[in-house]
Amino acid sequence: MGKVKRSPWLLHYDASSCNGCDIEVLACMTPVYDVERFGVVNTADPMQADILLVTGGVNSQSAEVVKQLYDQMARPKVVVAVGICACTGGVFKDCYNINGGVDTVIPVDVYVPGCAARPESIIDGVVKAVQIFQERSDAHDKYVKEHGESERDLSDPDAAAREGNPADFFDAITKTSEGSRDKEAEKK
Amino acid sequence: MRIAMIILYLVLAPLLGGLLDGLDRRISARMQRRVGPPVLQPFYDVQKLFAKQRIVVTNSQTFLMITYLVLMVFTGCMFYSGADMLMCFFVLSTAGIFLYFAAVVTDSPYSYIGGQRELFQEMCCEPAVLLTGVGFYLLEDTFETAKIVQADRSAIVALPGFFAAFLFILTIKMRKSPFDESTSHHPHQELVKGVTTELGASNLALFQITEWYENILMLSVIALFIINKSPWSIPAAILVVLAAYFLEILIDNTSARMKSGKMLELSWAVTIAAAGVNLLILILVR
Ligand code: SF4
Repeated sequence: MGKVKRSPWLLHYDASSCNGCDIEVLACMTPVYDVERFGVVNTADPMQADILLVTGGVNSQSAEVVKQLYDQMARPKVVVAVGICACTGGVFKDCYNINGGVDTVIPVDVYVPGCAARPESIIDGVVKAVQIFQERSDAHDKYVKEHGESERDLSDPDAAAREGNPADFFDAITKTSEGSRDKEAEKK
Repeated sequence: MRIAMIILYLVLAPLLGGLLDGLDRRISARMQRRVGPPVLQPFYDVQKLFAKQRIVVTNSQTFLMITYLVLMVFTGCMFYSGADMLMCFFVLSTAGIFLYFAAVVTDSPYSYIGGQRELFQEMCCEPAVLLTGVGFYLLEDTFETAKIVQADRSAIVALPGFFAAFLFILTIKMRKSPFDESTSHHPHQELVKGVTTELGASNLALFQITEWYENILMLSVIALFIINKSPWSIPAAILVVLAAYFLEILIDNTSARMKSGKMLELSWAVTIAAAGVNLLILILVR
């Protein structure tokens, strides 16, 4: 339905960041960078957010939270990993408690490198994410037109895979029981 | 004529409300030395919210939100059809109750607290809103808005206290800082977001649209203080309404959130001091 790219709402989650990247994300909201001129709103509500910004690598405690936030977001949605920790694990990569980048838990669409990521590159990443958001939204509309709106049962892990909504196809990969991207399983 | 006014309200209120909202965000941004979003941003937001997948925490929530919207629109239609003003205000409070229900049907404690604060806000506004109706009645001998606009003189001349009290509670009605107790318009955490915390995308869009209708209705009451039978009073009323809205934006940007107890004390004190004294004078002079 039309141009959703004019109104991307962000959800920012700190997975295990040193706060360096968080400060830079917040800096984007300040008068100097003012991302609100692109219609960006920094909401705290996953149900109303479109773009998930994750800073910091994922550890065993935050993995569940990241997964849950992602699940609670309504389609279409996009994920941006901000900072090298969120991309790969960064300097903490080999720590005993770090699983690695955000993509070990949920699918990531845009990687913003840097330690800490500069506000300019974060904005650039968000602009990229907004394009993906528009594409995915168009795919979602097409799907809904053909198949009708479905209210997904969040308790069913394979539902996303069965529905086959292209706006959601990453869910289909990660959400099926066999497609689980659990890093521990990979290691073994 | 009545039908035309109702249709005009139905069509124009959300457009004007959204536009004012957009200007609000733009002016707020300028006050903070930012560029700010495009003026049409609120419309883009609502359009996007409707395009998203529907997520509801409880099925009854959507029904309650729709009822909230319908009752709000109905109040506005009554007001613009020239009906009894007191009746409008009662239906308006009923609409608020449905927002409360929509907030408390969820299991979220944040939403629940927001709902309670919404009731609290309602309680702070109610005396001033009802007294406004009484003031108009004492002055014009009627509650009907159709007759009030036909008066010889603007009501504000005799009702300055009522006007001040209504202007004060306008901040509470519009949920602007320092009285954004039930939900804040600015990006925030769950507790501050209150009633809107558990609203999925499309329900949030309904909330947004209802708020536009409500804002226009509230501003129309402000205009009612100015309008008299001379056609020149209409541009004057528009100016006063815009000035009132600007004042709200200014207050919103320069004040921090207040505790709800303080809000109650302050709003009732202002209501009694301004509207109460005005009422006494009005009764004595009559
Ligand atoms: S990338 Fe650097 S600044 Fe960002 S969270 Fe990691 S260590 Fe901190």
